[in-house]
Amino acid sequence: MNGLQQGVFRLIELIDIEKAYIRKKAEPFVALRGVNLKLEKGEIFGVIGRSGAGKSTLLRSINLLERPTSGTVIVGGVDLTALGEKELQEKRKKIGMIFQHFNLLSTATVRDNIAFPLKISKLSSKAIKERVDELLELVGLTAQQHQYPSQLSGGQKQRVGIARALANDPEVLLCDEATSALDPQTTDSILSLLKDINRKMGITILLITHEMAVIRSICDRVAVMEHGQIVESGTVLDVFLNPVHSITKEFVSEVSDTLGNDTLSAFEGDGRVVRINFRGEQTYEPVLYETVRGTNATFAILQGTVSRMKDVPYGQLIVELRGSDDDVDRIIAELKTRGLAVNEL
Amino acid sequence: MMMLAANVEKEPTFWQSVMEIDWKVVGKATNETLYMLGYSLLFTVILGLLLGVLLFLTSDKQLLGGKFYARIIYGALSLLVNVLRSVPFVILMILIMPFTKFLVGTKIGVVGAIPPLVVAAAPFFARLVESALREVDRGVIEAATAMGASKGMIVLHVLLREARTGLIAAVTITAVTLVSYTAMSGVIGGGGLGDLAMRYGYQRFMIEVMAVTVLLMLILVQILQMVGDALVRYFSRR
Ligand SMILES: Nc1ncnc2c1ncn2[C@@H]1O[C@H](COP(=O)(O)OP(=O)(O)OP(=O)(O)O)[C@@H](O)[C@H]1O
Ligand SMILES: [Mg+2]
Repeated sequence: MNGLQQGVFRLIELIDIEKAYIRKKAEPFVALRGVNLKLEKGEIFGVIGRSGAGKSTLLRSINLLERPTSGTVIVGGVDLTALGEKELQEKRKKIGMIFQHFNLLSTATVRDNIAFPLKISKLSSKAIKERVDELLELVGLTAQQHQYPSQLSGGQKQRVGIARALANDPEVLLCDEATSALDPQTTDSILSLLKDINRKMGITILLITHEMAVIRSICDRVAVMEHGQIVESGTVLDVFLNPVHSITKEFVSEVSDTLGNDTLSAFEGDGRVVRINFRGEQTYEPVLYETVRGTNATFAILQGTVSRMKDVPYGQLIVELRGSDDDVDRIIAELKTRGLAVNEL
Repeated sequence: MMMLAANVEKEPTFWQSVMEIDWKVVGKATNETLYMLGYSLLFTVILGLLLGVLLFLTSDKQLLGGKFYARIIYGALSLLVNVLRSVPFVILMILIMPFTKFLVGTKIGVVGAIPPLVVAAAPFFARLVESALREVDRGVIEAATAMGASKGMIVLHVLLREARTGLIAAVTITAVTLVSYTAMSGVIGGGGLGDLAMRYGYQRFMIEVMAVTVLLMLILVQILQMVGDALVRYFSRR
């Protein structure tokens, strides 16, 4: 509730979450060690990490499918760990969740699967019918409404999962590797559906993945997990352009059009090599030319890329600046005052 | 030809004896078997389903699993089921006679046969239910939990629904088992086809009566299996 006074509404707050799985004949396995996470209303937040990093455990601790060993889970101002069973069930209706393997009722049609959470909420059959029609329309499955899950493609199954998760108008949608079982085209269509839902309905989305491409295409912010901890987090653009932790660098380098240093190791020139990051509309302006023009220096572009991160254009250039040290220093300073991130390599 | 004709005069052929069977008696025995089967199956399914669901819910890593009271309940139920299943039916029938008398007022006859049939078959059916429920995709149960479904709703709308083909198969197997148990219940004067086979076939050496009862039981089992399989096919959505 106090989130409102701070200007942004803090929808989810995980405070010092620890999770130890009790194992038979072995030490408890610590899957989360002191995780803190804050989600603002309306954002798409991604968590990325390798297999076993604790991503699913983290996601599942939000609706207490996995109860943390210690720590506090606050959703919409309510501490879920303090709720009784009935109250928790009510709260869970407002936390949608979709799964890697869809988890649909195999004995129910598309229509009945989507109606299921509404039945749980004890809506009248008329209200259920209307809501299901809306949701079928939203995910584009009106024609398949009487089919069973076994008759659907993976992408269609995930659409059913999404419709079902949205049925009770949740505040947040939790996505556990929602596209990991899908081919690239289908992944894109599911991601753009999620993006639409976020934009049109203002639903906050928390998704976990091991694919940087997923983060890049729809997330606003990202957290990188390793060994049960968040090792790096920030806006996707920041993390992409200036990865600090080694695991983050690995993820970033998996996405082919961002640049690593390794490709330059063979380069030997007499000038000074810098990496320049552009973001936003600056990406499309002749900033570099304008800056160098005022000096006696010249430049050679060694490597470069221009792309988009969600909806923000960004560019990255690796440039060799040739000229006197004074000139080069001035160029670098000038670029920095124009708001570009410049790193000498 | 002559030899054959002579034979006919000495002893009736198998088929002639079959013609002489008192079909009224066979009809009555068949009815008794169907009566015992119907009622015992009904109560077995009701009790066994409850027991099976409880066993499933309280077993490790399931909806109620892990909690202390769940372990106690599971341990107790499991022991009970194992004890009842390890006693041979004929012995069980005799052992629980006082209980039978208390329950239905008689130890013998068709009615007296029903309690031991249920006591013997319900634990068996319960185990089949437990394993059918285990086949339900955990992810689906988890999805329902995440939606805010209560445990009762999950049992009714997810577990029993998703396991329905397995449950139908379990009912079929149990029904077939009950057919052979009803035959044994003839030992304490239970009536039915098994009783008929014992009295005429074994005690009076009327082999043809034995053959007819076996045939009737075979047809009964066959019908049960076919109906069960058809229902499984009808409800299958995989
Ligand atoms: N019920 C459990 N009992 C014991 N250990 C568990 C249990 N569930 C998860 N773990 C362990 O906790 C760690 C984190 O698991 P988690 O499922 O959160 O990882 P993840 O990041 O989602 O991995 P993946 O990408 O493979 O899904 C893993 O090492 C896993 O073996
Ligand atoms: Mg996972």
